Amino acid sequence: MKVGRRSFLSFLLGGAAGTALSPLPWKLMDDSSIWTQMWPWTPVPKDGEASYVNSSCTLCPGGCGITVRKIDDRAVKIEGMKGHPVNNGGLCILGLSGLQLLYGPTRVRTPLKRVGKRGQGRWEKISWKDAVSEVAETLGDLREKGQSHTVGFISGSDRGTVPRLFERFLTVYGSPNLIRTPSIIDSYELALHLMQGAQALPGFDFENANFILSFGSGIVDGWGSPVRMFRANSVWRDTGARVIQIEPRLSNTAAKSDKWIPINPGTEAALALGIAHVIIAESLYDYNFIDNYSSGFGDWKRLVIDKYSPDSVATITGIDSTTITALARSFARAPKPLAICGRGQGSTPGSFNECTAVHALNALVGNINKKGGIFAVAEPDYINWPEVEMDATAASGMQKDRLDGAGSKKYPFSRYLLNRLPQAINSGEKYPLKTLFVAGANPLYTMSDSKTVKKAFDKVPFIVSFSSYMDETAQNADLILPNHNYLERYEDIPTPAGMPKPVIGLSRPVVEPQFNTKHTGDFIILLAKALGGTMGSAFAWNGYNECLKETLGYKWRVMVEKGFWSYPDFFVQTHEESFDTASGKFEFAPEETGALKPFKPVNIEGDKTNYPLLLVPYDSIRLASGVVGDPPFVVKSVDDTVLKGTDVFIEINPKTAGEHGLREGQLAMLSTPVGQAKVKVHLFDGIMPGLVALPRGLGHTAYDEYLAGKGINFNELIGPVEDPVSGLDAAWGVRVKLAKA
Amino acid sequence: MKHKKAKKYGMVIDLDKCTGCGSCMVACMSENNVPFRKDESNKLLSITWMRVYQLTNGEPFPDTDICYLPRPCMHCEGQHEGHSPCVSVCPAIATDYSTETGVVSQIYTRCFGCRYCMASCPYHARYFNWWDPVWPDGMEKYLSPNVSPRMRGVVEKCSFCFHRYQLAKEKAFMEGRRELQEDEYQTACTQACPAGAITFGDLNNPNHAVYRMVKPDPKHHGRPTHPNAFRLLERLGTNPKVYYLSSREWVRRAGDNYLENEAELKKTVHHG
Repeated sequence: MKVGRRSFLSFLLGGAAGTALSPLPWKLMDDSSIWTQMWPWTPVPKDGEASYVNSSCTLCPGGCGITVRKIDDRAVKIEGMKGHPVNNGGLCILGLSGLQLLYGPTRVRTPLKRVGKRGQGRWEKISWKDAVSEVAETLGDLREKGQSHTVGFISGSDRGTVPRLFERFLTVYGSPNLIRTPSIIDSYELALHLMQGAQALPGFDFENANFILSFGSGIVDGWGSPVRMFRANSVWRDTGARVIQIEPRLSNTAAKSDKWIPINPGTEAALALGIAHVIIAESLYDYNFIDNYSSGFGDWKRLVIDKYSPDSVATITGIDSTTITALARSFARAPKPLAICGRGQGSTPGSFNECTAVHALNALVGNINKKGGIFAVAEPDYINWPEVEMDATAASGMQKDRLDGAGSKKYPFSRYLLNRLPQAINSGEKYPLKTLFVAGANPLYTMSDSKTVKKAFDKVPFIVSFSSYMDETAQNADLILPNHNYLERYEDIPTPAGMPKPVIGLSRPVVEPQFNTKHTGDFIILLAKALGGTMGSAFAWNGYNECLKETLGYKWRVMVEKGFWSYPDFFVQTHEESFDTASGKFEFAPEETGALKPFKPVNIEGDKTNYPLLLVPYDSIRLASGVVGDPPFVVKSVDDTVLKGTDVFIEINPKTAGEHGLREGQLAMLSTPVGQAKVKVHLFDGIMPGLVALPRGLGHTAYDEYLAGKGINFNELIGPVEDPVSGLDAAWGVRVKLAKA
Repeated sequence: MKHKKAKKYGMVIDLDKCTGCGSCMVACMSENNVPFRKDESNKLLSITWMRVYQLTNGEPFPDTDICYLPRPCMHCEGQHEGHSPCVSVCPAIATDYSTETGVVSQIYTRCFGCRYCMASCPYHARYFNWWDPVWPDGMEKYLSPNVSPRMRGVVEKCSFCFHRYQLAKEKAFMEGRRELQEDEYQTACTQACPAGAITFGDLNNPNHAVYRMVKPDPKHHGRPTHPNAFRLLERLGTNPKVYYLSSREWVRRAGDNYLENEAELKKTVHHG
């Protein structure tokens, strides 16, 4: 058969028309659209019986109550617990994404022993039994050689049963080197100790205060117990309380406040003293409190009157003198004023004199241990374990000086000085650190001057991490002994930061342990038993849960049911019984604080010629900068003016940017005396000219692909600056040079 | 005054209380099985049923001010009930207006991804699934069975946590009740907001807090009569059911499109 051109075309056309008229193309299109939407890997979550479990969140020291929704044995949603004294139903962004940590890829699934070089990421799985004997062997050897004091322990807290087990262990083992991670609480504890003679935590009665003078505290940026602070902020809207925010950058807190007063960074102490000047000069202070319950007022008054007139303070702070005078008057005349300090989330202790100056303002208006004021909250004494018996090795180990210099002649009042540890290890001036345990902390990320910290850690021959997640410190450890995630374990949560009344929360297992992890409390007990002798007998419990149950006693049942234990009979001390100082009164200028020396700004690193600008960190509740990093949901919530791709933005005033020839979105090189980083530029009118702000919480090298490698870790650009009185880190920023990249 | 039987669920967000903390965003994501990807910094592609925007007053230092504005789906009523911008354009009836509750629904299995609704939504409240959702190994365990995960090629948006309404209704039915209490049906964002800035309830019910807070004017499609209350892009006449409160004039003004130097808001423009 001959196929001509004409018949070929007819066949083609006819075929096309026929196919088009048939259902075939439509059916195919339909099928493909259905098919592409029905990939089997779009999961269909299994249904089951719904239930709720009450527990406590331990992702930060806030101590919120949580209610976890479960479907069969799966946890599907974390919600705030209604009726909880801290958060009453609300919850922060990190707490809400806790399940991504529980089920996430960053979990350490089994005990791991390093195989390759440190930080290389090559691990060998080992059993818990081997893990216990390996640690026991190392510690046993050190002890035999009389080097028990060369064991250090960095812990995120020193309160509650688990940290107290660490402390107990180190005591019977023979090392004074338990170090708590730093925060503004350190400065407050010291201020309460020296000015009031109290061993207590600061508690703030925010809900009843009606004039809040905040020296840079990120009230709605994660300061204190974050959810409680959000709630307090809303209470103030309803009651008409006034909030004054003093800081050089328009933070969320400043934006929410009634008045934002920009200040030259680092001069907050001078402003506090300037306010005191006006209050004293105009006799606006609380006569009853000053005359009857305070001591040293005369000397302090002289200093304040001589040196801190509004005019001289105006020169230091950059705030004009009429504003200072007006501020002082409204503070002193408010029925329930309250002054607070601790920059941002309060993750650095800051200058001690700043803390005492701010605290003195509270004393001037007499709102110590009073409704709407600041309380010295003594920890409820619920942990009553039998005294430990120490053998000779333990006793001699405990006699040794602490490696970080806390309690030494130079810093006799400070309890923990983690910021001084790297330098102490690197210089080798005292003694080397042979073994380091890390629990509830991620020092390789959170400590400033990361390079020096890393160098110090490299000198420690044996590092053990108890982290549930593969964080920076775990990555560089020799042994990872993963703790249960907070939704898999029992633990008591002592009074959250800043609460005016004590409350103990209970964290309890919401789900079964997902992996081969072990409660760190259990590990310590097993370790002590393996070491034997006085150590074994100091830990008579069969396991952590038994220890906790026994410790809590009659409270246990209530706590399991309600999720927390509050102290309804907690009563406020009167001013007669409040102060346990030598004078029995509030001390305005205890000699040790150097409060009678004139204000000297913190000497931050860098010289003006080479580093013309100032770099300050800023905190956001959407960026977790502490022991855990942001889970994927939280990273997702970060604005594209903070993080774009892997680039972080600095905030800079358009005027300053113009002087440096920088435009919005441009790449720039940031150099400080400590480090360098490439950043993008975001022009922000809400920042003081001459300043550059960088967010905390980014620049992780560990965790998952959702967080790692994004942005810069602020701590790589700044080093610690020792406070002359406390020895704590007083750095609030660092000088910086900015150039087009 | 006896309220109408039909519900008109709506939300009031107090911008004076909102701190921009983002709890509402994550509460929503975890409640509604919203997926996430490695890089979410391209916000046009980042699926956030609830998104918190930052507004600035544009003044130079030190008169600068910022305000946060959480934006869920507005569940627009339109000029006559159900004439929402998205509902009226959907060729597949994949999005519909419930006259019983006032909720604008999204039915994923009907949606074929033409994205007409996204183009018509003046609030950018709708998002397209350009990729299949992928959860890292093990994380699928936290997915809630009450909300189906969406597949590639469909549009999704805030549902006012409609599954919570269904669960509450079922519970009420089992207990022999027909009416829900105000607190029985609350969205995840309302519940989670640590500042208590979000209030949710029936705008047709004078006993509900949302009604008392904004005093919607029934003669003008629920336009708020409270002086501090406003709705986004009021002049478009979409009649959203999400109201905002702010004591700051510049914030209220930022809620609508004004020409430069334009005078005060006069009257709602009525279309169609």
